[in-house]
Amino acid sequence: MIGSAQDPEQAPVSREEVEQVALLCRLEIDDGEARELAAQMSAVLSHAAALLSLDTSGVDPTAHPLPLVNVLRTDEVRESLAQGDVLSQAPDVEAGRFRVPPVRRRQPEEP
Amino acid sequence: MSAYGSERQRRREGGARDYEGFECVVGLEVHCELLTATKLFCGCKNAFGDEPNTNTCPVCLGLPGSLPVLNGHAVELAMRIGLALNCTVQPSIFHRKNYFYPDMPKDYQISQYDIPINTDGYLDLPSGARVGIVRAHIEEDTGKTTHSGGGGRIHDAMYSLVDYNRAGVPLVEIVSEPDIRSGEQAREYVSELRAVLVAVGASDGRMEEGSLRVDANVSVRRPGEPFGTRCEIKNLNSLRSLGRAVDYETRRQVDLLVSGGAVAQETRHWDEQAGHTVVMRSKEEAEDYRYFPEPDLVPLAPDAAWQERISRAMAPLPAGRRRALLDSVGAEGPAMVERVATVVAQDLDGYVMAAVDAGAPGALALSRAANELAAACAEDASLLDALEPGHFASLVAMEARGDLTATQAKAVLAEMLTSGEPPEAIASRKGFEALDPGSLRRAVEEVVAANSAEWERYKEGEAKMAQFFVGQVMKATRQKADGKAVMALLADLLRGSAGAP
Repeated sequence: MIGSAQDPEQAPVSREEVEQVALLCRLEIDDGEARELAAQMSAVLSHAAALLSLDTSGVDPTAHPLPLVNVLRTDEVRESLAQGDVLSQAPDVEAGRFRVPPVRRRQPEEP
Repeated sequence: MSAYGSERQRRREGGARDYEGFECVVGLEVHCELLTATKLFCGCKNAFGDEPNTNTCPVCLGLPGSLPVLNGHAVELAMRIGLALNCTVQPSIFHRKNYFYPDMPKDYQISQYDIPINTDGYLDLPSGARVGIVRAHIEEDTGKTTHSGGGGRIHDAMYSLVDYNRAGVPLVEIVSEPDIRSGEQAREYVSELRAVLVAVGASDGRMEEGSLRVDANVSVRRPGEPFGTRCEIKNLNSLRSLGRAVDYETRRQVDLLVSGGAVAQETRHWDEQAGHTVVMRSKEEAEDYRYFPEPDLVPLAPDAAWQERISRAMAPLPAGRRRALLDSVGAEGPAMVERVATVVAQDLDGYVMAAVDAGAPGALALSRAANELAAACAEDASLLDALEPGHFASLVAMEARGDLTATQAKAVLAEMLTSGEPPEAIASRKGFEALDPGSLRRAVEEVVAANSAEWERYKEGEAKMAQFFVGQVMKATRQKADGKAVMALLADLLRGSAGAP
C-alpha cells in the first residue's frame, strides 16, 4: 500500500532536493540525515501518490476538513502583553526592540 | 557642455519622455493598511507610532499554541475595496508564505495566494485611461525593522532592531495590470487609488506613515512587442519618488538595451537622495516561499446578501463626485476639470454644492474652493472645521453681487476660517461696504489730480504707472475699491484727456 522507503525505485525525492529543502528551512543536516530524510520524504510522497490514484471526479474540492466558512471576530481591542514580558526572552534588546543580526548583506553593485 | 550632454542631462532628470522608440510598461503593487481598530488575526491595537512592542500578543508573536481568528471588519473593508475597483468578489482561502526574516516572528506571513477575495477589476483615471486590477487580496503586515550602525543604510547595517507592533496589521494588496505607460501615469493611478481607498473608509491614505506603500514593476519594449524583462522597484514612499523612480528606471533600461546590453530580472531599491535605483537581489536569490493552505483558518465565502449590504452602504467614489460637481457647476474645459479634481481631492465639494444650491454662481464658488480653500487645507486641514457651508455660500453670493471685491472676499474668507463668523459680520467690521460707482470715480479723479507728475508719465505711455494709481486709490478707499474697476476708470480718463484739445 505505502511504497517502501528502502526501495530506490520508489524514491522520488533526491538528496539534492532534501538539501534544498533543508536550506530553505535553515536546517543543517549531515549526509546520513540527508539519506534518511530522502527515504522518509519519498515514503510520504508515495502515500500521497496512492491517494492521487483514487477517482475523485464526483467529489467537491475541500479547502478545510471542517465544513465551516466565515469564522470571524468583531473588531474590538483586547489587552496586549506588557513590553517587558514580550522582550523578556529576547537574546538581545535595544530601545524596546528586538536586536537581531543584520538582515541584508552589503551589495556591491552601484549604478 | 555639449548639446548632446545637455540633452542627456535633461533626459536623466526625467524631463523628456522620448525613449528612443521604446515605451515604458509599469504594473504597480499597492499595499494598503486597513483602518481597523485591531490586527487581522488578534485583538491587538492597530496603531501607528506607539511605543515599540506594546501592541503584541501570543498570536502576532507566533507563540506556540496560539490560533488566528479573522477580523470581520477587515474583511468588510477588503470587500469595499474590491467593489470600488469593479472586482469580482469571490470565495477565498488563506495561505502561509514561508520565509526566514526577523520581521515576522512566525516565520511565515498569512496571505492569500491563488484564490484571493477580489479579482479582475479596473480603475478609471481622471485623464481617461483605464488600468486593470489583477487582484486585491487580504494579508497581514510584517513587523518594522530598523537598520543600525554603518550610517543606518540597509546595506551597511551592523544589526537590525525589530518592533512587532505592525506585525499582523491588516493589509489589502492591490495588484494592477501592466497598463501604466509613464511615471506621470503611475502617479495619477496611485493618487486616484488613494482617493478611492480613503473614500470607502479603508485607508487614511498617509503615504509618509507607510499606510500606503507602492512597489513598481518596470520594463521597456518597442510598442507592440512582447513585454521586456522587468525589475521590481521598492522603497517608493511618496508620489514624487514613484514618478522619479519609474522615469529613472525606464531610462536605465533603455540605455542598457540601446548600448547592446540586456535587462536582468532583479529587485531594485530607490534611493531618493541620489535619485537612482540600486540592485537589492537578483533572480537567482529570489525566495522560494513554499505557499501552502493555512490550516488554522477556514475559507472566507461572502454571500450575496453581505455583498449587497456593503455595496448599498458605500460612500460615493471620487470619480462620481467629480462628475456630480462638474454637472452642478455647469463648467467645462481643462481648467475647470482641474479645479473640480482639486476640490474633490481636498473633500471641498460639499462647500461648492452648498453655494450652488443657495443660488451662487458655480464657477466663482469653484474658484474660491479650488484656490483659497484648497490652499488653506494644504496648510492645515483643521482650518475647515470652523467653516460652515452656508457661510461660504453667502460669501460667494456677496462677491457675485459686487458687494465685495475679489480682494475683499479673499480677506473675509481667510477670517471666516479662523473665526467661524458669517461673512456679513466680518465685512461690516472691516468696513468693506461696496463703493458706489460715483464715489469710486471721484476717488480716482482725486488721486489723479493729486499726482499730476505721475499722471503725465502714465499719459506718455508708461503703462506700469497704472499699478501706482491702483495702489493709491486702494489706499484712499481703505481697500474698498475693486482693482479691475479702477483700471477701467483710469483707461477711461486717459481716453478723455487724450481726446481733449
